[in-house]
Amino acid sequence: MSSISATKHHKEPLVHIVKRDEMKIWQAWLVRVAAIVLALLLVGFISMALTKEDFFTIYETMYKGAFGRLGSGSTVMLWNFLQKTAILLGLSLAVTPAFKMKFWNCGAEGQALMGGLASMICMIELGDKLSYPVLLLVILLTSILAGAIWGVIPAIFKAQYNTNETLFTLMMNYIATQIIKYYLYIEGGGSNKINPVDEGNLPIIFDNKYALNVLIVLVLTVLVYVYLNYSKQGYEITVVGESKNTARYIGINVKKVIIRTMIISGAICGIIGMLLVSGTDHSIDTNTVGGQGFTAIMVSWLGQFNPFIMILMSALVIFINLGTGKMADTCGLNSSFADIAVGIVIFFVVGCEFFIHYSVRFRHQRKEAKV
Amino acid sequence: MAKQAAVEMKNITKRFGSKVVANKNVSLKAYRSEILSILGENGSGKTTLMNMIAGIYFPDEGQIFIDGQEAVIASPKDAFSYKVGMIHQHFKLVDVFTATENIVLGINDGKYNLKESTKKIKEICDKYGFEIDPDKKIYTMSVSEKQTVEIIKVLYRGADILILDEPTAVLTPQETSKLFDVLRRMRDDGKCIIIITHKLHEVMALSDRVSVLRKGEYVGSVNTAETSQEELTEMMVGKKVDLNINRSQPKDIVERLVVEDLSCVDRQGTTVLDKVSFTANAGEILGIAGIAGSGQRELLEAIAGLQKNIDGNIFYNDPNTGNKEDLIGKSPVEIRNLGVRLSFVPEDRLGMGLVANMDITDNMMLRSYSKGKTMFLERKPPKNLAEKIIDELDVVTPGVSTPVRRLSGGNVQKILVGREISSIPTILMAAYPVRGLDINSSYLIYNLLNEQKENGVAVIFVGEDLDVLLELCDRILVIGSGVVTGVVDARTATKEQVGLLMTKSKEEIAGDANE
Repeated sequence: MSSISATKHHKEPLVHIVKRDEMKIWQAWLVRVAAIVLALLLVGFISMALTKEDFFTIYETMYKGAFGRLGSGSTVMLWNFLQKTAILLGLSLAVTPAFKMKFWNCGAEGQALMGGLASMICMIELGDKLSYPVLLLVILLTSILAGAIWGVIPAIFKAQYNTNETLFTLMMNYIATQIIKYYLYIEGGGSNKINPVDEGNLPIIFDNKYALNVLIVLVLTVLVYVYLNYSKQGYEITVVGESKNTARYIGINVKKVIIRTMIISGAICGIIGMLLVSGTDHSIDTNTVGGQGFTAIMVSWLGQFNPFIMILMSALVIFINLGTGKMADTCGLNSSFADIAVGIVIFFVVGCEFFIHYSVRFRHQRKEAKV
Repeated sequence: MAKQAAVEMKNITKRFGSKVVANKNVSLKAYRSEILSILGENGSGKTTLMNMIAGIYFPDEGQIFIDGQEAVIASPKDAFSYKVGMIHQHFKLVDVFTATENIVLGINDGKYNLKESTKKIKEICDKYGFEIDPDKKIYTMSVSEKQTVEIIKVLYRGADILILDEPTAVLTPQETSKLFDVLRRMRDDGKCIIIITHKLHEVMALSDRVSVLRKGEYVGSVNTAETSQEELTEMMVGKKVDLNINRSQPKDIVERLVVEDLSCVDRQGTTVLDKVSFTANAGEILGIAGIAGSGQRELLEAIAGLQKNIDGNIFYNDPNTGNKEDLIGKSPVEIRNLGVRLSFVPEDRLGMGLVANMDITDNMMLRSYSKGKTMFLERKPPKNLAEKIIDELDVVTPGVSTPVRRLSGGNVQKILVGREISSIPTILMAAYPVRGLDINSSYLIYNLLNEQKENGVAVIFVGEDLDVLLELCDRILVIGSGVVTGVVDARTATKEQVGLLMTKSKEEIAGDANE
């Protein structure tokens, strides 16, 4: 009996974690919205502590940073917000088929850069040789092709030799950046930069140079949604992503699906590259995509691979980024504050999934058995 | 004074979420010098209940008493301090370590003296009659040897309350009886042995007392000597169940699948099938028996076109055209395009036969999604099929758009078998189709297989329960280490006969051939 008295000190653990039932969809969304609100509040409080501004000023500044001054009538800031959201959303759409297939495409950055480079080359080399509509078509096709090639190379190696696609796509990013550097060196003369080119720019609709970009990305959103959910190829992507064994069992050619999906993923990146170069900057440098290719991975997962949820998620990320960026600017904080704020929000959004699937119980909740 | 219980559980309740109640108000006792069987169907909460004594789970309500004193067991380490040891269904051993190294692993008493430990292990072995080489590495061991290591591991830590979770699931009849001898010896030594099982004949053969659980609730305990299999089944299921499989005499037998000298090498270069030859007839159920991992999976996958590096012939006699097709080396799509209506219920239901995260409709579509000329999916026919299967096989589900991962094991299997049968196959292969299923679902599956056989389908059934194999099949093909060790008539063969064939070594077979 001595061993038992020696273990008497065991107590029931203070908290333990219990899996809960599947929540209703609206409840789950309520939790997610609550998490975002809490995250925004936390960001606000941290900003207050750092800047000594009052509560409302903080949020007003954030709003201003994203959408411009309230009631000013100017839509410049709003369009800027929409453009940034569209680009992030576009890249997220691009990586989504790959991630749904559990192919870690971390190369959206490079694929978009290569698409952009293709646009740039066409604009410079063919700008005065082709008629405007033909030029636009050539720009579109070459961008798609360039992005697709950059995407399919890791896919071929993955399919044939089962190489690690994460490392491979990351390496392809570095190669793309170096190629851009080299192109800037030969094309930009001594300055290592290219002045905006006037030929081959995307047309301006609704009197706004960003409107077409936003429209194209919206069309892509619908297309990707339909492709993933209603097409046979989308179905194959789901099956391969969920279980390669099942795919083999029903006779899906897994290699073919991997390669085909990465062509599509890369092609969409190529289009976004074109929107950035031919549709926005009319020039290119190594920072044209600006790391959005990586943020896109996050948006894709946060949106649970649903293009429509991804609209909200990319808007949220851009809002925080612009808003806190502005605050950092006006209050003299370090510009990295925007990244920290985005990090906080994402931590909350991801973290709330835990509370959707599990609940935490405390010791006193356990009823004593009647003896 | 009443006998002091070694383990007593009082009003134990364990929930997973608010809807799933794994154990509800369970109270039971286990004594020293006794073998207690915890009997119940799959999903009745046996393992969950025992996991709470072993410190894997923590009860939501209720108390556990060890030798009359309340015990709080929050981790396996706590469990050992109460001298409770559990041998789980899935072994937790380090492959590259020896038996001794595995046994002492995790004991932090400041000394690490393998020689002394080996001596102690040998003493335990002699005492209870284990046969094990303490210096043997785990990866060279058979399943039964690994199990022995697991048992010694808990004895070495001084456990005198032993819980074994379905210990015979992976053993041959001979190994099972050896294990039972050891358990009896431990009981006579004064230990409290609890075994979790759903096999009635084992309960009758081994235990002193039986406690029955049904749907998480405690039904009652009986002394084995005073009960019968029928009574126990009734306690387990809650109603009388007819335990007979309706086996009809095969008629119109035609050779449907002729496998000749089929060999298969796996990725590591090991020969997993060695010149396997057999015939599967239309209108017959061919059983395949063997120790788990003897090549059953590879055999079925080779026929289904899922194995690479195969050699030999797989002839299919097409009942419509009369043509003889060789399926060897063909992909699943090529086999389908030849007009071979081959259905396959794989062992790994949610990892191969179905996609766990997709809903029932989308899972129905797996076989047929590519039909139609457009690039878009047709969801209407699979939805109708899903509704039909749910209706005909009594699948319990909220609807056709429920992900299959949320269904219980029995319902998952009904969906899979239903889909495979719906294509009106000429060959139906099923690997362990009743594993993890409750009695009613199991008999439903047996009946479906029999129905297919009567419709003239060549049924190939890979099973683990020899009693069922002998009752259900017409012929049984026995394989051991990838070699056919015999084919027996299921109507006349005995369990021991099949058991012997299962463990026959390659040398013995070679010897037989030379005679």
